[in-house]
Amino acid sequence: MAEIYLDNAATTPPSAPVIDAVHHALATAWGNPSSVHTKGLEAERVVTEARQRLAAALRARPDEIVFTSGGTEANALAVKGAARARAGRYRHIVTGMTEHPSVFNACEALEEEGFSVTYLPVDEAGRVSPEAVLDALRDDTGLVTLMWVNNETGALHPVADIAAAVKRARPDVWLHVDAVQALGKVPVRLDQVPVDLLTVSGHKIHGPKGIGALFVRSGVRVKPLFGAGTQEKGLRSGTENVPGIAGFGAALAETMTRMDQAAARMRALKELLWERISEAAPFALRNGPADPELTAPHILSVSFPGLKGEVLVHALAQRGVYVSTGSACSSRRRTGARVLKAMGLDDRRADGTLRLSLSAATTEEDVTEAAARIAAVAHELREFAVF
Amino acid sequence: MERLLLVRYGEIGLKGRNRHVFEEKLADNMRAALADIEGAKVNREYGRIFVRLEDEGRTGEALERLQRVFGIVAVNPALWVPLDLEAIREAAAMLVRAEGDPPRTFRVSARRAYKRFPHTSQELNHLVGAYVLRHVPHLTVQLTDPDVTVTVEVREHAAYVYADQVDGPGGLPVGASSRALLLLSGGIDSPVAGWMAMKRGIELHAVHYHSPPFTSERSKQKVIDLCRVLARWSPAPVPLHVVHFTEVQKEIHRHVPQELGITVMRRFMLRIGERLARRLDAMALVTGESVGQVASQTLESMAAINAVTNMPILRPLVGFDKHEIIQRAQRIHTYDISILPYEDCCTIFVPERPATRPSLAAVEAAERAMAVEELVQQALENVETLHVEPAPAYVGA
Repeated sequence: MAEIYLDNAATTPPSAPVIDAVHHALATAWGNPSSVHTKGLEAERVVTEARQRLAAALRARPDEIVFTSGGTEANALAVKGAARARAGRYRHIVTGMTEHPSVFNACEALEEEGFSVTYLPVDEAGRVSPEAVLDALRDDTGLVTLMWVNNETGALHPVADIAAAVKRARPDVWLHVDAVQALGKVPVRLDQVPVDLLTVSGHKIHGPKGIGALFVRSGVRVKPLFGAGTQEKGLRSGTENVPGIAGFGAALAETMTRMDQAAARMRALKELLWERISEAAPFALRNGPADPELTAPHILSVSFPGLKGEVLVHALAQRGVYVSTGSACSSRRRTGARVLKAMGLDDRRADGTLRLSLSAATTEEDVTEAAARIAAVAHELREFAVF
Repeated sequence: MERLLLVRYGEIGLKGRNRHVFEEKLADNMRAALADIEGAKVNREYGRIFVRLEDEGRTGEALERLQRVFGIVAVNPALWVPLDLEAIREAAAMLVRAEGDPPRTFRVSARRAYKRFPHTSQELNHLVGAYVLRHVPHLTVQLTDPDVTVTVEVREHAAYVYADQVDGPGGLPVGASSRALLLLSGGIDSPVAGWMAMKRGIELHAVHYHSPPFTSERSKQKVIDLCRVLARWSPAPVPLHVVHFTEVQKEIHRHVPQELGITVMRRFMLRIGERLARRLDAMALVTGESVGQVASQTLESMAAINAVTNMPILRPLVGFDKHEIIQRAQRIHTYDISILPYEDCCTIFVPERPATRPSLAAVEAAERAMAVEELVQQALENVETLHVEPAPAYVGA
């Protein structure tokens, strides 16, 4: 039975060039980039090259890139680091109800440190409007932090509009964007969008896990989370994860060159996936913005009211289809439920939600076959639905 | 002078052939527990069990393992000395000096089992005590509740001198009693019930009812992990039988009024469990039931459930309060695994208002709409057996 992986928003399989790059860093360029001798230099080159690739991909400068252990750390560094650096004059942060736990939890932690946070509600599409952000700004607002692509529904925030509006009204407010799901799917151009801090992650674009980066625009200073070392301009001490960085660089090389075509393909396949599911299981509901231009190309959120998301996930896994749910009944983190409910979904619908996410490697066959299996499982489980 | 571990064991009144069987099993279980300590030797001599270690540095490890061997009451790290007063006195002084927290008070407790030894127990107390006083500073004799008690046992072939004691878990050696089958869910109670059964020497098998896709692989893994903890108390891996229970759950959902769902489910678990037990030559079932905690544990529910079998069902927790069960679970390191949030029989099948006093007649009527025997047979044909090895030392303790 062929396996169909549709959980690319959770993670993606590392590609062959990525594996090679990681291997090279482990087997050959294994020096410490801080060492003065040639072995160190070899490793440093790997890091420098990856940094340049990422900077080029984002239209930023290499010295604005800080490598971290992943998106979560980069988000924590951005939110906590910025808030604490500006704590003298700025004590207020604006964010949204649907942010990733790493941002949400960082904000809650800052509240305990005495900051105040406004969590903006979202519409049924899961979006925050520029007006809402402007309304929320106070004299002491130092940071606005929002995600570019919502990881549960794929909804695109109007980042360019929000950034322009905020900077026009309050040029002193810093703007952080979590672009973990955006990189490689939609254009992220920091020469066109006045964002001050931006988070990206390796394992969402077929790179390794355990590596990410924070873009810190020159002129912006954040406080490091830990350490008093020298690496990454003091913002992220510790010997660099050269294998991870190498893999990230290789992933970027692949992803960025074919991004536009890949995105268009994914979008078309995503629509096909929804069409087929909806035909075969008319009781399925689609979540997120109706307009396809307002969602990322790779994420589809579908609800089967009355069914339980986690049971669907297991049943599909038994049939070789891998998806995820935002509302795992047995999971410790119920954050998916938070996001879906913030979008106005009632409990029954939120609990029966699946997230299907494609990659550049997903084929039409994958999609039609997956749709058939998903509909079949949904029908079987309807017998045990909660009404 | 030789260092060894003196093991004290036994139930009061154990005599004759029973005692012999008990000792042999205990010694075997001890050997299994110490198997990866190279050079550890377990011997039965002169009516005692001794452990000798080639590498004394591993004494701590050995003691840690022996604390998980049922049948052991206490272990004394001892010195084995020839039957000579001077040797005994030196040994006693050595032990007192070696005490970690320098003691301020002590006493000697001598027992002369070998009557030909030239000093009586009383005399030995004085002779040894005086020597210790002379050779260890800052010490006085105190007969009640001293910091350390040095015990001297005079036997025919040698004397044993010891000052420390490590308590064992008590009970009977696993395997000294017959085999039983534990109904193991992932909850807090059933692992503790299993442990208590093992404590009385029962050789344990476990059965778990798994209902994919309504229960996750993680919930099954959780049960395997619980067995790994229980296996640390056993000389052999614990066999875990995982029954594919999905069809039974679905049929119950289709045919049984919702408030009787749990009762019928547990009746099926007992039916299948009993058949499986017979296949395994197990004489009894073990469950984590206690009285009154949840709806299915009222006496009425228990009666309605128990009615499907007359195989003995051991319920070691029946007298415990919940907090006592939790304490026990924490002590045996199953608690942290049990509270992981992976449901064992998904809430999809848990009724909103389960009947607390189900009538047996109503339950039997509901089951008449089901093909009970077929479902039981089908489940018995879908059993996966795993031989669960003990978890390594860093898991729990």
